[in-house]
Amino acid sequence: MGIRASAERVHTCGKTDAVRRENGAKEFMILKELSDAIGVSGNEGDVRAVLLDAIQEHADEVRVDTMGNVLAFKRGTGQQRLRVMLDAHMDEVGLMVVGYDKDGFLRVRAVGGIDPRLLPGTLIQVGPEPIPGVIGIKPIHLLGEKEGEQVPKLEDLVVDVGAKSQDEARKLAPPGTYATFATQFHELGPTVSGKAFDDRAGCAVLVELLRGERFRFDLHVAFTVQEEVGLRGAQVAAYGIEPDCAFALEGTIADDIPRDKDVSPTTELGKGPAITVMDRSFIADRRLVRLLTSTAQELGIPYQIKQPGIGGTDAGAIHLAREGVPSVTVAVPCRYIHSPVALLSLDDFNNTVRLMRESLSRLTRRTLKRGRD
Amino acid sequence: MKELMRKLVKTYGPSGVEEQIRAVIRAEVEPLADELRVDPLGSLVARKQGSDEGQRIVLAAHMDEIGVMVAYVDEKGFARFTRIGGVSPLTCVGARVTFADGTVGVIGVEGKREDTSKVPKFEQLYIDVGATSRDDCPVHVGDAAVFVRPFVAQGMRLISKAMDDRIGCAVLIETLRRLERTPHDVYFVFSVQEETTLSGARTSTYGIEPDLAIAVDVTATGDTPECRPMAVELGKGPAVKVQDRGMIAHRAVRDLLVQRAKKANIPYQLEVLEFGTTDAAAMQLVRAGVPSGCLSIPCRYTHTPSEMVDEGDVKNSVRLLLEVLRAV
Repeated sequence: MGIRASAERVHTCGKTDAVRRENGAKEFMILKELSDAIGVSGNEGDVRAVLLDAIQEHADEVRVDTMGNVLAFKRGTGQQRLRVMLDAHMDEVGLMVVGYDKDGFLRVRAVGGIDPRLLPGTLIQVGPEPIPGVIGIKPIHLLGEKEGEQVPKLEDLVVDVGAKSQDEARKLAPPGTYATFATQFHELGPTVSGKAFDDRAGCAVLVELLRGERFRFDLHVAFTVQEEVGLRGAQVAAYGIEPDCAFALEGTIADDIPRDKDVSPTTELGKGPAITVMDRSFIADRRLVRLLTSTAQELGIPYQIKQPGIGGTDAGAIHLAREGVPSVTVAVPCRYIHSPVALLSLDDFNNTVRLMRESLSRLTRRTLKRGRD
Repeated sequence: MKELMRKLVKTYGPSGVEEQIRAVIRAEVEPLADELRVDPLGSLVARKQGSDEGQRIVLAAHMDEIGVMVAYVDEKGFARFTRIGGVSPLTCVGARVTFADGTVGVIGVEGKREDTSKVPKFEQLYIDVGATSRDDCPVHVGDAAVFVRPFVAQGMRLISKAMDDRIGCAVLIETLRRLERTPHDVYFVFSVQEETTLSGARTSTYGIEPDLAIAVDVTATGDTPECRPMAVELGKGPAVKVQDRGMIAHRAVRDLLVQRAKKANIPYQLEVLEFGTTDAAAMQLVRAGVPSGCLSIPCRYTHTPSEMVDEGDVKNSVRLLLEVLRAV
């Protein structure tokens, strides 16, 4: 009980058309729409629809490839013979229904990197409708002495969708049904909170870039699928695009929470876009890193270097395409990614858009020839 | 050849920052090659034109070396770091590292360790470049450094940092220098980013579309006290790879190396490596597949700042490659 009562509210999460028209002027509206859309890896349809709608009139060509990537082409002014790829992934981490208890509870598995510590007691959206669900947890009153200190395993958690039998549960959510957090986008002063900022923040940056003026070179924007389960969409997108260089846009870890030792945060909120030099998936092209940092310094745009050696992005797949693609990752710092709710600074978001736009306007063939002859 | 080796091992070149080592190698191979190019990720490719209808052959040695990268500079000017490639904390404490601009740092370990006989974690290590504050620290987040150790030739043994894989680069350069005539189109690939992701050899091979590829890299040995058993010894000749953790050598490539070694009376050993891999693992999977193998130079203390190889093995590696390239 009580679960059904919130159905109406949850159900409206994905329907933001009316809201969009009302607040269309606000720069972060596209971020809100993208954050609220449902798109767990392999099931990116809703996010794709939002994006196709948002970019259609700002690109010369838009197509969806066999994997489901959205590929947008925006012709350049012809001054630079370059093919530049911008990437952001559409998918988010989530859950998939894999089984049922006889009492009508669902059993789920993780899609991508989900932290089981965060799951008990959270509200989720199940299936395409979506129907609301709650990840079950034993009330605190009934916990054994040590039980409260333990983190339950994902395999042991159940999802309650109000079904009373195995059959009813199976009918409501057949095996393979996706689920994601039922988190709505909110403004929190100069920051905003929502789900799936990894990587809807990157998607929103790319939408803003597409909406702007043409660049001197041909721009190929890829909104990719299945990043969270192995950088899969980006691999074929980069092969198809054959770019001369690539920028992956991300929402990355900001772990500037209180710590008792003077050691590195991965990135910090409010300190500007985070540039990756090296992570677990690739080493960034130094010339592209320099292009970004020198542009930022010249214009006084704040930036930070993401702590090296952590995480992986689509650039890990893109740089290996064909004969190799010089690549770099630029990210909006987001606190609490891969959790039900993330938080980002609108200043960081706007500075990421600005840094990208200004850096791209300075990118020439010579940038990529430097140090190679 | 010793001077060449000395020059190659001492040059700075961690994965992703191969500009300096590429310039050194380029100066060596430019006069010898029929065509030279740097491909998109930065690998240097020198082509030697074949005289006949031979095959298109790739010989690959990686230019990059393991190292460390600054991850954070604290208020007092100490730099926390992460590793580039397979660096063990065991060999870090007390080591010196040098940055691209020549700045030298010492790796220290936090004093608060409960059990000093235990190997420290990376989180407990830091680089001290002599700075007194964050502001006067000359190195920044993202700067890469390599280990400092001089080249030593002692009897037949050669000792240095970065033998992995500058010794392979030296073998390739010497082979190119002595290669007078070959029926094959031979591509000498000096690859980037092997130690991290095998990226350079994979992308270069895609561009070249070879009929056959051989990686030239170091391998471990089983001839030191109480070590993990392995049938490869220093000084017993180059090792022809059977398999490692990333690949099984193509039988034809393995047989080719063995047959040419036998024919020319060059000592060789067969190698089965139970950990690690080489550029060959990436090359064999490019496009529709490339028959690939690996010629290994036995090396003690791999991925420590003092790697040891045998000069005879190095010279015999050059001889064997020349035999492979001489005829169809």
